[in-house]
Amino acid sequence: MSVKINVTGEVVTAYLGGELDHHTAKEMREAIDNAVELNMPTLLILDFKDVNFMDSSGIGLVMGRYRNLVKTGAELHITQAPPQIYKMLKLAGIERLAKLEGR
Amino acid sequence: MTVKNKFTMTLDAKSANESFARACISAFAAQLDPTLEEISDIKTAVSEAVTNCIVHAYGETFGKIYISAELTDTNIIKIKIRDKGCGIENIEKAMEPLYTTVGGERAGLGFAVMQSFMDNVKVSSRVGKGTTITMSKKISRRFNING
Repeated sequence: MSVKINVTGEVVTAYLGGELDHHTAKEMREAIDNAVELNMPTLLILDFKDVNFMDSSGIGLVMGRYRNLVKTGAELHITQAPPQIYKMLKLAGIERLAKLEGR
Repeated sequence: MTVKNKFTMTLDAKSANESFARACISAFAAQLDPTLEEISDIKTAVSEAVTNCIVHAYGETFGKIYISAELTDTNIIKIKIRDKGCGIENIEKAMEPLYTTVGGERAGLGFAVMQSFMDNVKVSSRVGKGTTITMSKKISRRFNING
């Protein structure tokens, strides 16, 4: 599990890596929320390129971040989701909440 | 239909074991020569069931998770995941997409994922006794040795 944060102007990008499950989600969530709180972005990008496993805990993570962002009017984008993760995000209807791009 | 191979294991209901359970099931299923997508589907479904045991069945209490799996000569993997936790009062409700009793960061999609990634999912539960999830998936052979 890893999270790398990049801040450019009003955009926070979180590069997620490794396995995203109930065990690892908490740490990822805290890293993302800290960066959002600190930088107050208008756009949060979650990059899934290096995530090699995700279960519905990942959906919870995305939905939770969306709920936080909505309060400040910020947008959420999901980029580079590998096929299996893309399938999971589609199943949950995430594209109704965030712009969703596969790898 | 006969069973070609079988394993059983008992795990502590700790979140660190979620990835361990996935790794075990994926190594076992590999004997059926599945595609990467099939392996990923099975791992995801098992991850959901094991997480349910930890988050819902045992919650703040300590317990064990009992996993068994078998491979059939018809290329089907059958997986059973059992706990001795609190049980589910209303299975139908629990299986509704987006329904969750813990709220917060849980999406309420565990059963929906199991059902969409496996061919068959059965849930039996008794309040105060525990829950058993039985699921199966037919594996398409990537290479047919017999031509």
